[in-house]
Amino acid sequence: MRALACLDRTVAARRAGAGLLLLLLVALTTSLVAAPARAAAAPCTPDSGTACLNITVTSPDTGPAAGVTVTVEGGGGEVSATTDATGRASVPVTEAGDYTVTVDESTLPAGTVLRDPAANAATVPVVLGRSAGRIFQVVPPGAEGGDSGPAPGATDGGTSTSPSGGATQTAPADETGESAEANAGPGTNRYAQLVLSGLVFGVLLALASLGANLIYGTTGLSNFAHGELVTLGGMTAFMAVQWWDLPLWLAIVVATLAGAVVGWLLNQLIFAPLRRRGVGITQQMIVTIGLALAGLSLFLFLYGAQPAPIVSGISARIQLGPVQISGQSLLSVGVAVVVLAAVALTLSRTRLGRATRAVSDNPALAAATGIKVESIISGVWVVSAGLASLGGVLLALYLNSTRFNFGSTLLLLMFAAITLGGLGSPLGAVVGAVVIGLVVELSTIVLPSDMRYASALVILILVLLIRPQGILGRAERIG
Amino acid sequence: MDFGQLLTNVLTEMTGPTAIAYALAAIGLNIHFGLTGLINMGQAGFMLLGAYGFAVSTIAGAPLWLAFLVAIGAAVVFALILGLPTLKLRGDYLAIVTIAAAEIVRMVGRSTALTEITGGSEGLTGNSFKSTFQDASPLPDDRWALGPVTLATNASNSWWLRIVGWTLVLLACLFVWRLVRSPWGRVLRGIREDEDAVRALGKNVYSYKLQALVLGGVFGALGGVVFVLASSVQADSLGRPVTFNTWTILLLGGAATVLGPVLGSLLFWGALVFVRGFLRGAVPADVLSVQQVEQIGWVLVGITLILLIVFRPQGILGDKKELAINAR
Repeated sequence: MRALACLDRTVAARRAGAGLLLLLLVALTTSLVAAPARAAAAPCTPDSGTACLNITVTSPDTGPAAGVTVTVEGGGGEVSATTDATGRASVPVTEAGDYTVTVDESTLPAGTVLRDPAANAATVPVVLGRSAGRIFQVVPPGAEGGDSGPAPGATDGGTSTSPSGGATQTAPADETGESAEANAGPGTNRYAQLVLSGLVFGVLLALASLGANLIYGTTGLSNFAHGELVTLGGMTAFMAVQWWDLPLWLAIVVATLAGAVVGWLLNQLIFAPLRRRGVGITQQMIVTIGLALAGLSLFLFLYGAQPAPIVSGISARIQLGPVQISGQSLLSVGVAVVVLAAVALTLSRTRLGRATRAVSDNPALAAATGIKVESIISGVWVVSAGLASLGGVLLALYLNSTRFNFGSTLLLLMFAAITLGGLGSPLGAVVGAVVIGLVVELSTIVLPSDMRYASALVILILVLLIRPQGILGRAERIG
Repeated sequence: MDFGQLLTNVLTEMTGPTAIAYALAAIGLNIHFGLTGLINMGQAGFMLLGAYGFAVSTIAGAPLWLAFLVAIGAAVVFALILGLPTLKLRGDYLAIVTIAAAEIVRMVGRSTALTEITGGSEGLTGNSFKSTFQDASPLPDDRWALGPVTLATNASNSWWLRIVGWTLVLLACLFVWRLVRSPWGRVLRGIREDEDAVRALGKNVYSYKLQALVLGGVFGALGGVVFVLASSVQADSLGRPVTFNTWTILLLGGAATVLGPVLGSLLFWGALVFVRGFLRGAVPADVLSVQQVEQIGWVLVGITLILLIVFRPQGILGDKKELAINAR
């Protein structure tokens, strides 16, 4: 909102923009310098003649277990390796086939045993030119047993496939992003709890997706890089709290501003020139795809693949009747509701909001009435990216951590939300997002939880079948 | 730095199964986008379905020809499910629906609920479904060298797979070449340029679009089969980035051209392997780790896509007049 108000005082905004740009550059440089130290070193790279066996020993409670000896047998030899600080041991092998991986249980950290002792001496098939992996989980004595959790190796990244030439970018990510609210402890009614988590997730999703809908409304562009703006917010807040030791509220502000600056830059450097050149909307959409691809890899480059929790530790849970909610989530929802209300009021009550809606309705007519269409669009980019970043921080607080592919995982849910609500209708995006949030959470009653995001996408396709303009959209837009 | 080894790696990758698979997928996408103007953002979904269709049916005991038919059938059904509701709507709806559907396929494929069939997120190992394909090879089991490239004749990333793959690519190119010149192809290009004009000529635009979607999807599925025959079926290895890479390849080579997708795929993989190999050799490993070099490669891919679309939307072989990219 602050950025929108600046529109009238363009000069002031430019100056502020330059300052923020500097801030952003500093942030990026800091992370560039810090990144190599954080990235895990890889002693082994698969190529056409070798394969890598990556063995990870980790504990769900205390994290990676270092100094564990593992033995790899097969291919006519036996190799031992010791896990490093990230709990990983990487063994290069030069022959394809089945290898037997054994963890030396006497070298496990004190007070831990293998969760599934029967799975020790695991057989791992190895193909040359690829990485094969095996995860061993260790737990305190008494908690072992194969059924108590996901079987070792069945977890993500258990077998990461990355063909030698790099056929694909594998994202070994836990995409299910189990929320804190969905599995609350005893003393809660499961259905009420799921409805609450659905509502919370929906409101946060609404905040994150509102910007994409504003951009779609004013320029007709489906912004595939919106997810990366969400990640940007989460990651900036992560850096602010964990690296620069800022208080959380300041981190939220910094992240929102960083998003706004990036939005302004994207418009000034890329999309405004493209519009001036009369480049078609489909081409612009493909540009956003390129941005998304570059952004995703850049985040992976800077922060690595491990989750980045903004606030370490688990905040206290508050009991509200039959449901529980964590303090963090409550804060997130509070901020989201206030900001959503502010945006709604601005759009409906102020001159700026009316101008934005006019541009969204008919840019040519708006220009003829003396509205500066380009500055409105520039403002919309700023607000949209700022909201996406803010949404990213709040969603990261709700889901407990952020990650390089955090936003791109949510991108399709955001698209589903705005399509469901009606493309280009801001209020519709909010309604759509809440519906999507509820569907995602409630679907876990009947579906396995790793399919819950898929259920939202099924809803998206069904909506297009039955009511393509969405809940609050207008039929003429779909033609 | 060993430039000889680097160039050998580049050559191996350029002619390898990955480049073949992407070339086939891009040929399919070319039928969607280059010829008909459909924005399919879910080509990876077609590839993944083809891969699952082939692998699952082979594991169930189907002979090679039947497994290929199942892969093709899966793509046809998927295209019909996607096309029937959305092809009457504006172009970006198809984009969102296809990308969402491809993600659904991937999420369902990697779901723990289907571990029995699809192997969950670990996927299906190559050895479980490659045997029928490798047994069909007339070559003896050996390692052959051609110039600097030495490969197994039959196993995984082999000469046999390359021969079959490039034959498929060649046939696909011939097919598209005939198609573009046929009356059917002219209607498709008419739809791309002006849907209403074609409708005014009495053609059933909806049905033509659906046919194009099915046909392109089948090529995607074949690409998926080639892709997994060199490695294993793993849902996450055929996710959204694969679709985006296929788009980059198509736009690099030139949409609406016959050889554009093939050239694009050769250049894309050649350049990517070269850049990575070069960075690995030129930058010490303590400055940039191997994974980071890989990620820099992908950042460059994204930037290439942006620059291409801004400065040369017709690609290397394309004709700017031929291709006015318009959503509909």
